[in-house]
Amino acid sequence: MRTGRPAAKTDAPAGLASVEAITEGLASAGYISTRQISTALYLAHHLRKPVLIEGPAGVGKTELAVSAAQYLAFPLLRLQCYEGLDDAKALYEWKYGKQLLYTQILKDKIGQIIASEDSLKAAFGKLGGFQDVFFSREFLEPRPLLQAMEQPAGSVLLIDEVDKSEEAFEALLLEVLADYQVTIPEIGTISAQVPPLVILTSNNTRELGDALKRRCLHLHIGFPDARLERDIIRARVPGLPDRLQAQLVAFVQALREENIRKPPSVAEAVDWARTLLLLHAEALDETLVRETLNVLIKRESDVQALQDRVLPLTKGAIETGGRPV
Amino acid sequence: MERALNGFIRALRLAGVEASTAEAIDAARTLALVGYDDREGLRASLAVVLAKSETEKAIYDTVFDQYFAPAAPPAPAPDGGRSDGPQTGDPEIDALLAMAAGSGGEGGGGQPAADATRAQINRAATEAGADDIRFQSQTSYYVARTMERLGIAALEARLIDLLNRNTPEAETQAQQLADARDRLRRMVRETIDRRYELYGRPATEQFMTDVAVNKSLAQLASSDMPRMKVAVARMAKRLAVKHSRRQRIRLNGQLDVRRTLRANAGRDSVPFDLVFRYKRRDKPRIVAVCDVSGSVSAHARFLLLFLHTLHHTVTDLATFVFSNALHDVADVLERLSFEEAMAQILRAYGGGGTDYGAAFAKLEEDYWSSIDKRTTVLILGDGRSNYTPPRLELVRDMAERAKRIVWLATEAPGRWGTGDSYMPRYLPYCAQVSHCVTVADLERAVDEVLEAY
Repeated sequence: MRTGRPAAKTDAPAGLASVEAITEGLASAGYISTRQISTALYLAHHLRKPVLIEGPAGVGKTELAVSAAQYLAFPLLRLQCYEGLDDAKALYEWKYGKQLLYTQILKDKIGQIIASEDSLKAAFGKLGGFQDVFFSREFLEPRPLLQAMEQPAGSVLLIDEVDKSEEAFEALLLEVLADYQVTIPEIGTISAQVPPLVILTSNNTRELGDALKRRCLHLHIGFPDARLERDIIRARVPGLPDRLQAQLVAFVQALREENIRKPPSVAEAVDWARTLLLLHAEALDETLVRETLNVLIKRESDVQALQDRVLPLTKGAIETGGRPV
Repeated sequence: MERALNGFIRALRLAGVEASTAEAIDAARTLALVGYDDREGLRASLAVVLAKSETEKAIYDTVFDQYFAPAAPPAPAPDGGRSDGPQTGDPEIDALLAMAAGSGGEGGGGQPAADATRAQINRAATEAGADDIRFQSQTSYYVARTMERLGIAALEARLIDLLNRNTPEAETQAQQLADARDRLRRMVRETIDRRYELYGRPATEQFMTDVAVNKSLAQLASSDMPRMKVAVARMAKRLAVKHSRRQRIRLNGQLDVRRTLRANAGRDSVPFDLVFRYKRRDKPRIVAVCDVSGSVSAHARFLLLFLHTLHHTVTDLATFVFSNALHDVADVLERLSFEEAMAQILRAYGGGGTDYGAAFAKLEEDYWSSIDKRTTVLILGDGRSNYTPPRLELVRDMAERAKRIVWLATEAPGRWGTGDSYMPRYLPYCAQVSHCVTVADLERAVDEVLEAY
């Protein structure tokens, strides 16, 4: 929200009222946001649109949804996508067992109910009043998407790794994402009481359909720059000596420039920081790096390729890390 | 919708960002929410709404900078101390002079005056139809038309009138008018240049790419390379979208009894959930063998470019190149950027005399195991083998081992069998032979290859 403008929506939760408020809120949940990220959340709320987040693994896509739910004190509903995910697991399912029981009871009771009617027509008329019960809310098992629609005070709906699901599943999402409603043929349309904040993540293992992208805001989170990464490490691993922190970030940043298959992500940098903290390290040195490199680099071929590069990289990091950022 | 936003979206589309009408509406809503005051805030907001992939974000940033150019620092006026400005008594000419003075950013108006001037020129340029500019050579034409819109005719007439008077004070006045006119013209030219960058260049580029796709590979100059990369990348994306997902085909309504019973075991085997039978389509497996010898050197770059992009589309792809010996280049193509990969491959293996027989022999010796019943062998080349033995028996073996052999020939059928061409003799073993002259041909051929899975 720009200064001097009236608030667009008075019912906006205080945590979503402005880009700055979102940044602060996320920081209180331990998530260091950028302007781009906060803007995306801000627009998601005010335009009532889902956000699709793309970017390499381990840069905090899922974490963003978790942190947002935490600081807004919204329930987080999470749908992990995988190949073969279908509407019965994502939207809703009928409680078959309960329905079976119901028919059993109905069988027993049916004689009593229609005993008083003397004609077949009258008996059918009487039964007509009961038919709807079979497919009713009572027998409905809501899954994450429907659950999110039913939250009375708002929620964060996380649809994780949507690229792992099949294309048919994307089509299923469209109604939920565009109109925040779920249509159940037997019952009707269930609209969200309060539109949830929907966050989809994708690792880009396949190109998502245009129809889905068009309905979403798009946020790309890449690797952070050195300053941001230091802030993240500071927030996530408090207690790490300042000098080591600077060296560590410089090392990781330099490592991403190397020609390796899987460059270390923020998550791995945080893991490494934790490792170094546990080892009570004060500063980087070559042996320390060699011994703990497997925390940062997960592929054996990459570790091999880096054998000769560890020394110069460490030296560079110590030099860069010594300078104030 | 606001005009500025409209123009921006048009520029984005021309530059290759596919913003739909729905997204344009979202952008308008965003604008209403965020406003123009904070440039970086606007950039971040519209980026989320309009650019929906990493490549599109990069394009978006460039176009945003061009379109919402920050206020330029005021250019120093050629001669200072004219803050009051000359008065001619004609309101129309006076307005123009004021504008020209405003461009200096000094004197009476300062920054607001400069902004007003820029807005006025922008409006005039739009009225003159400058958004339709396509070629750089049209710049002068649109500058002239914009000047006309600004009402330069009156100033010109006055100028001629003054020059004809032949008095010293008329001369000074004329000089001032001429200065003002030149200053205005310079500003208008800058405006038109920016319009060309926004609307003209991308449209021209688009057109040239379309032409390049249908141009014969042999005729493509190396200056076409960047365009070809765009075209081939677009093609690879199309192919990837179409073929990369694992295909499951339902066999029309055949019930999978065993799995149905299992799925419903919890419900006393009352079949609530029906499970149907389907068959899985294999993911494409391709072994590509590409001729990079002297005789196809004109094609080799494009064949390689094509293989390079194919590597990002098809996961199970082995690539070999040969001139007189066969080499595995899958790793190079996958790891390096295209320029590096091509330079390395052509330097190491390109340009020699062709020997198809030796290449097939090497393939049999070392890589035969990578060819099985699910593999399509893709051969790219002209089939000219310098009169070396063609080793037909190996090709026959390969045809039996592999799913099929597809030959993408660089020569027209009329020339097959002339001189050292073995094409007619290899022909019987190939399931498909396509004559590929253009990139469009290549796409069609590969689409068919992938389709067959």
